[in-house]
Amino acid sequence: MKEKIRIASGQGFWGDLIEAPYWQVTSGEIDYLVMDYLAEVTMSILQKQKNKDPKSGYARDIPPLMKRILPVCREKGIKVITNGGGVNPVACAEAILEVANELGISGLKIAVIEGDNIKDRIDALIAEGSELSNMETGDSILSVKEKLLSANVYFGAFPIVEALGKGADIIITGRTTDTGLTLAPMIHEFGWSAEDFDKMAAGTVAGHILECGAQATGGNFLGDWESIENFEKIGFPIAEAFPNGDVVITKHESLGGAVTIETVSEQLLYEIGDPAEYITPDCIADFTTIQLSYDGKDRVRMSGVKGKPYTPFYKVSCSYESGYSSFATLTYSWPQALTKAKAADRILRKRLEALGCRFEEFRTEFVGYNACHGAAAKEIDEDNINELMVRFAVRGDDYNSIDRFGKEIAPLILTGPPAVTGFSGGRPKPGAVVAYWPALLKKESVTPVVTIMETK
Amino acid sequence: MRIKLKDIAHGRSGDKGDAANVGIIAYDDDGYEIIKTHLTKERVKEYFTGVCLGEVDRFELPNLRALNFILHNTLGGGGTVSLKLDAQGKTLAAALLRMEIEI
Repeated sequence: MKEKIRIASGQGFWGDLIEAPYWQVTSGEIDYLVMDYLAEVTMSILQKQKNKDPKSGYARDIPPLMKRILPVCREKGIKVITNGGGVNPVACAEAILEVANELGISGLKIAVIEGDNIKDRIDALIAEGSELSNMETGDSILSVKEKLLSANVYFGAFPIVEALGKGADIIITGRTTDTGLTLAPMIHEFGWSAEDFDKMAAGTVAGHILECGAQATGGNFLGDWESIENFEKIGFPIAEAFPNGDVVITKHESLGGAVTIETVSEQLLYEIGDPAEYITPDCIADFTTIQLSYDGKDRVRMSGVKGKPYTPFYKVSCSYESGYSSFATLTYSWPQALTKAKAADRILRKRLEALGCRFEEFRTEFVGYNACHGAAAKEIDEDNINELMVRFAVRGDDYNSIDRFGKEIAPLILTGPPAVTGFSGGRPKPGAVVAYWPALLKKESVTPVVTIMETK
Repeated sequence: MRIKLKDIAHGRSGDKGDAANVGIIAYDDDGYEIIKTHLTKERVKEYFTGVCLGEVDRFELPNLRALNFILHNTLGGGGTVSLKLDAQGKTLAAALLRMEIEI
């Protein structure tokens, strides 16, 4: 057994810093590179792409990235684990296989994990007795069944553990928990039992720290952000894991950012509910048991994490079509910027009302005043502000109303309050709204499938 | 003495569906005692009047000197349904740090 392994985060979401994974594999020693590409809406976007082109449906950044990092990974023995396979992990793996063959990297094993996509099995699952009701509202899935764009189960670490056991160098999954990507190599290397829930929780918490990339190393840090050095080349987090379940969060020394108890604590608090009940397919982790301490500069040790048994369910993430939305902005300058922007809002609403337009929601925000903090924003003295941006947004089922909204923005420049600018780029067009449907599914209803491809 | 929460704590916020999570972390033990005493869920709910339209849940993490608040019905439907500029509630922790406390 290894004394420790180093697991490096390379992406916090699809659209994150493209250079980050390259820096992680070239700036120091690591054993695993883990990359999270999937947000809830991402799956629906990928499903739409796959409907048009059966060879797409995965994070397209991956093949060009692999072209850059595979030679380094081969030389250093770094394994890569990512959920960027989206709704088409097979096509993603085939694209990587092609890249690896072109690079002449022989005997490279690429594992594909499938089985999470249940979109075509919804009717059968309902017939078998699965309710798939909305976890937040309790509504029946039947109300949105015909409008579903995607439906995926969140697998945990164990399908990845199986792939690592089969000797995989690169692992491409569909919908897998972000935390499972980091926990899996610990289970594989240290031989942890699935019933050792404290260890499962330790690896899960490490995964939570890594899953948003540089948010653990000084990015988006609401503490003393000005103390963070070299944002330009910020180092993404690395989890140094030990067999006893301790994990040291660190980063490559030559890269920027910082790893402090404050930066790590902020990430621990990110997007959690009840801290004592952080539920994953692998365990329920108790965040109130985490102990953090310093282990040197830019090194925070995490220990003492307690866990409880997993639930009998997988979480399911579905997305469905839910009408249209449109957005537009205008900018008013001094004098009376806020008063004029509010007048423009009244004019726009009256014109749309007179036209008979219908909206489920019409939202107006004033950027420079209350767009971020809403009713909790402090009042401003408009004589002391130079300019203010008004942001209009509408949503509803009636396409024509949403479309007409987009045609009523530019006219405000010549037919409303003065000293207004900032309308360009043409009329805003209605966009499809994708709504999210979280549900639960008994674990025995789905089976992860691991297959291996190998280069020449 | 009147202090701003930002002087004794930092934090991070994000989305959980239509709910926002706001984590507030004190810099030291004294700060944690202050936020534990003053940041009641009633006080936070009142502070976010007009923003948080549902209930507020409050959880303590003494090990991290932190409190976690769940603000239900806050993000205009959440995700891609929300029309808000800050549809994910990313600036709500900063909003709360602007709160003034009498100690």
